[in-house]
Amino acid sequence: MDLSLFLDSLGPIALGAITGTIPLALVSFAFGLVLAVVVALARMSPSRWLRWPARAFISVIRGTPLLVQLFVIFYGLPNLGWTLDAWPSAVIAFTLNVGGYGAETIRAAILSVPRGQWEAAFMIGLGRRQTLTRVILPQAARVSVPPLSNTFISLVKDTSLASMIMVTELFREAQKIAAFTQEFLALYIEAALVYWLICLVLSAAQSRIETRLERHVA
Amino acid sequence: MSLKTTPAVRLEGVRLSFGPTPVLDGVSLTVAEGEVLVLLGASGSGKTTLLRVLAGLEWPSAGRIRIEDVEVDAATTPPRRGRDALRSRTAMVFQQHNLFPHRTVLGNVIEGPVSVQRRSRADAEQEARRLLDRVGLGERADAYPAELSGGQQQRVGIVRALALHPRVLLFDEPTSSLDPELVGEVLTVMSELAAEGWTMIVVTHELGFARAVADSIAFLDGGTIVEHAPSADFFAAPRTDRARRFLARLDGGFHP
Ligand SMILES: Nc1ncnc2c1ncn2[C@@H]1O[C@H](COP(=O)(O)OP(=O)(O)OP(=O)(O)O)[C@@H](O)[C@H]1O
Ligand SMILES: [Mg+2]
Repeated sequence: MDLSLFLDSLGPIALGAITGTIPLALVSFAFGLVLAVVVALARMSPSRWLRWPARAFISVIRGTPLLVQLFVIFYGLPNLGWTLDAWPSAVIAFTLNVGGYGAETIRAAILSVPRGQWEAAFMIGLGRRQTLTRVILPQAARVSVPPLSNTFISLVKDTSLASMIMVTELFREAQKIAAFTQEFLALYIEAALVYWLICLVLSAAQSRIETRLERHVA
Repeated sequence: MSLKTTPAVRLEGVRLSFGPTPVLDGVSLTVAEGEVLVLLGASGSGKTTLLRVLAGLEWPSAGRIRIEDVEVDAATTPPRRGRDALRSRTAMVFQQHNLFPHRTVLGNVIEGPVSVQRRSRADAEQEARRLLDRVGLGERADAYPAELSGGQQQRVGIVRALALHPRVLLFDEPTSSLDPELVGEVLTVMSELAAEGWTMIVVTHELGFARAVADSIAFLDGGTIVEHAPSADFFAAPRTDRARRFLARLDGGFHP
């Protein structure tokens, strides 16, 4: 394998990661988390008019391939007259995906908070919203860091699917250079190494967050 | 005892079932202002459930409850509003303290006063520190619950309840999950509150405490109060067989 090819292509690939993969993952994850909390709460609502759509949403997101979701949004919606650019299409697809998977994680985390915490919150007079934001979600957050980190790491890797709708990101850059140089093995291994590096950094960050959050727990 | 005549709490015909079995089967009871009532009864007799009704955590299927100036009727009061009314006049000390693990001791105590009662933080903190001082925890205001012993946690639970300025304090076996050597420090605080004139309803199996501190005893069996008497009378001569056997078992310990 040609070392200079490896080094020459590292620039465009890293740029693809910095301007494509990483912002795409961060933005989608941030929106996705908000969506996940909303869906989790709807899923646990006493009203079936909230519960039922939430369940259906989770089921569809988890039961269909992400690539198909991406194609429906980018290639499919224009048939209804809704044409979206590649970037927003990717953000929407990944946000919905994190929302669907994250909702189940957050629901499990909320259910793991002991009932006594709800009762103590009621006792001191907190309403439902305050109980959630001040008592339950902070404790659920601690429990959900490991599974949500996994979701985020999966998301970083899944953003490579955005190359299929022509979003300029890490993998698309590697594909372009590979097509031009015909050095498929070298470039795809290089792309894999860059993904791996990003995930290593994320795993380290996860451990630090977990240690911080475990501080006050017996 | 003779001066304590204004009823602070009155229950009439309170009923509640989980599924087909009645857990509270027509409970009627009055507690005078400043009175310390100890609820005794075998496991499953409904003691915790009765406290939870008074705390607004459960809503009865029938009956009327008055706590000082609020009155609710299971038949006519909307459950939400009724539970909230009861909650606003009571404060509960739980068996498993239920402190918020992500908040400091001080944070636990001022949460209700600041977030709900909208008192100023400075004011709430000042009172919290004074109360913590009184139960011997002035130095631990910035600790987290997990850093405290069981007895200290339970004393924080008591201070959190006091900081709400309730009319009635409810205690559900506050010492039953503590190591024996930690029980005394919690009971001491409770005796002091009793001496200060708090109206208290206490579920406990600590008969020494009941004898020394309670003004009256209510003995529950199968969801009804089968005996309600001044503490001295109850311990000297329980009128019902059930109560006699219950006391013998608790007092005498092991009976093969
Ligand atoms: N949420 C619930 N759902 C169903 N049954 C319940 C519930 N809470 C209590 N019960 C039942 O109601 C009965 C009375 O329970 P309660 O906790 O009030 O008894 P207790 O007198 O406090 O007993 P213990 O001394 O064991 O604490 C028990 O048979 C219990 O199993
Ligand atoms: Mg009980």
